[in-house]
Amino acid sequence: MNTAMTTGALRLRRVPGKYLPVVVTGCLLVAMFATGGIRYEGFATGQVILNVFIDNAFLLVVAVGMTFVILTGGIDLSVGSVVALSTMIAASLMEGPGWPPYLVVPLVLAVGSGLGLVMGYIVHAFDIQPFIVTLAGMFLARGLCYTIGTDSIPITDPTFTVFAQTRIDLFADLWISPSVLLAVAVVVVAAYVLHYTRFGRTVYATGGNEQSALLMGLPVGRTKIAVYTISGFCSALGGVLLSFYMLSGYGLHAVGMELDAIAAVVIGGTLLTGGSGFLLGTVLGVLVLGLIQTIISFEGTLSSWWTKIFIGMLLFVFIVLQRLFSARSRR
Amino acid sequence: MTEHILRMSGITKTFPGVKALQDVNLSVRQGEIHAICGENGAGKSTLMKVLSGVYPYGEYDGEITFEGKRCEFGGIRDSEHAGIVIIHQELALSPQLSIAENIFLGNERAKRGLIDWNRTNYEAAELMKRVGLRENPTTPISDIGVGKQQLVEIAKALSKRVKLLILDEPTAALNDDDSAHLLDLLRELRDEGITCVIISHKLNEVTAISDAVTIIRDGRTIETLDMATDHVTEDRIIAGMVGRALDNRYPPHEPTIGEEALRIEDWTVYSPSQPDRKVVDGASLTLRRGEIVGLAGLMGAGRTELAMSVFGRTYGVHISGKIFKNGKPIEIRNVQDAITHGIAYATEDRKRYGLNLIEDIKRNISAAGLKGLAKRGWVNENQEFRVAEQFHQSMNIKAPSVDSIVGKLSGGNQQKVVLSKWILTEPDVLILDEPTRGIDVGAKYEIYTIINRLADEGKAVLVISSELPELLGLCDRIYTLSEGRITGEVPRREATQESLMHLMTKGQE
Repeated sequence: MNTAMTTGALRLRRVPGKYLPVVVTGCLLVAMFATGGIRYEGFATGQVILNVFIDNAFLLVVAVGMTFVILTGGIDLSVGSVVALSTMIAASLMEGPGWPPYLVVPLVLAVGSGLGLVMGYIVHAFDIQPFIVTLAGMFLARGLCYTIGTDSIPITDPTFTVFAQTRIDLFADLWISPSVLLAVAVVVVAAYVLHYTRFGRTVYATGGNEQSALLMGLPVGRTKIAVYTISGFCSALGGVLLSFYMLSGYGLHAVGMELDAIAAVVIGGTLLTGGSGFLLGTVLGVLVLGLIQTIISFEGTLSSWWTKIFIGMLLFVFIVLQRLFSARSRR
Repeated sequence: MTEHILRMSGITKTFPGVKALQDVNLSVRQGEIHAICGENGAGKSTLMKVLSGVYPYGEYDGEITFEGKRCEFGGIRDSEHAGIVIIHQELALSPQLSIAENIFLGNERAKRGLIDWNRTNYEAAELMKRVGLRENPTTPISDIGVGKQQLVEIAKALSKRVKLLILDEPTAALNDDDSAHLLDLLRELRDEGITCVIISHKLNEVTAISDAVTIIRDGRTIETLDMATDHVTEDRIIAGMVGRALDNRYPPHEPTIGEEALRIEDWTVYSPSQPDRKVVDGASLTLRRGEIVGLAGLMGAGRTELAMSVFGRTYGVHISGKIFKNGKPIEIRNVQDAITHGIAYATEDRKRYGLNLIEDIKRNISAAGLKGLAKRGWVNENQEFRVAEQFHQSMNIKAPSVDSIVGKLSGGNQQKVVLSKWILTEPDVLILDEPTRGIDVGAKYEIYTIINRLADEGKAVLVISSELPELLGLCDRIYTLSEGRITGEVPRREATQESLMHLMTKGQE
């Protein structure tokens, strides 16, 4: 009884250390929301937060995949292009030959996963920096978009349009889109996998110290291939969600989205060197990015480039914070 | 009597918590080859770093006089300017650049800011002729072997008009031919008037080429011997290197030795960076249950390489030989196989290869044996916590809780985490590489007690250590390794530091 209580107390005391970056991001989010609520009329409603989810469901899904990759100490620059390629494949197959969505969606997911698998395999088998491999993947996927078509292809498939327009009513006039449900499901499953499976542990161990993970007999190579495959899958799923949102396929969709995803993960407190971070942080990171956009649009007079400026400043703050944090824990 | 080119007197260098050098004196005469001998960690390399300015003036106490002038080097550039050049064991060459570019790196032959390539290659060729290196000056460093790279380093030193050349373990990575050539070259340089200081573990080489030997032990100068007048033999040097008494730093232990657990036969491993060099050469050894076996060898003898190549081929290429577990031949292709066959290896560099420093104690302990804590891939976190808590108590890991970050623990407690991790995989054979390196005395005693306990539980333990007193105090039987070959197997009762050191420095006949 007594020992149980002391260990309980000790566990509580530790919480700030490991979760500190996530807690900081959470506080920031609350502060931003409060500021918005004070400055603008009609800001402090639940729907504003839900709209952030609705507008960024695809980014959230992509950032989940990115979190896996970054936790192993890697990076995936191809995600934005894979998202665009996914919208392109989906739109062209449904509009051209008129394939049904239940064939198109699995195909898109398979293509995304396959691309990730190949990149992961190259990273592992040839021991090449993920930066350069996924950079190649980024060009490849973006280029493939234009072999399908150079113009935007509108999606008129009824299943897609219904999915895009459906509102799921919550209590008190609040609503979300089906995409949000999907994104949340992805987050929950991913969080479980990361936290409660041997695979998840290996992801953290690989990012924390790859050499020691190898000397413990952990399947480092398999894990690295798997995280890029997961990231490819998430990008493809993100692409499907984006085509619900945009109702079109276009080679210029999601330009630079890989950087948004990386920014969300880093702002969420995940160490870019790997081994430390949480999916909850990534969710908060996406919300922070989305809320910045919302505030800019409420402000009205500021151009949308201010979003980038704020994201830039936030990133600076967070990477410095992380450096201080990791320097302390290494000592 | 020739005059002294170098005098170092009263050199004391302190690192946080450790006195690496204490009142060390070294006098080197003009134009001689002066060897410095001592065990691993005796302070030889630290002394040379003080001399060459790696530790600048002010970070150590004492006085350095070179060519009659007092020296206060602020960095390597200062010491090189004075004519002192150090060649480290790990060569400092840029692999993609050519021989000529490397020779003049940082010292380029230039005209008005532009490199004069004709002069560079011409002068490089001249210097290469002096050191007996027959290669094209434009050949990239990565295309020539380590032996020739060593010659490039010397040519580089000559280009700086070196007066005192310091070589740290110059022949450790070389084969016999290259070593012989290098030693001849050193004699030639001596005849040209260049003074050499060499640090070497190979006592046969020391007695063959040096004019004087200074012996360092535990950070102090023991003696300087003149080869010509003192009739120095290898035995004489060894006596100086080890002469210290064993005290009561080891827990008593009565072994109950059982069946053979692991036998390695005719184990040969080649270096991955130089696939023609044998790092382990036909080694055979046997470990029995309940027995603590030591593996002694000097730096570069191939101890870690032997252990890691056995542990799932994590080191080396073209590995050949047989492994028997409980008398039956087994095949170990990777770490997972090794763990399945009940073999565990705790690395000598726990921070780099043994732990995930940014993770907590609990997850570090469970990392290798997670299979036993998981069902179909899902980890039972409660059980994981309980297991970690058990080790926290039984290994006496000093940390507020099993959720503490491992990087914040002391060396001794980190080592206990490493040991816990491997014990969780339920091994029959534990290979512990330098288990007490960087650990304070009190924690060492605890680690020894744990090792004894593991043996009493019927596990076979192989301890690799640079500290002979540790092996003598802990092990029931000791193998010695020299240049990749097992040169001896001595029961504890018959072993002395001198006899082991003899076997450890036994060269290839």
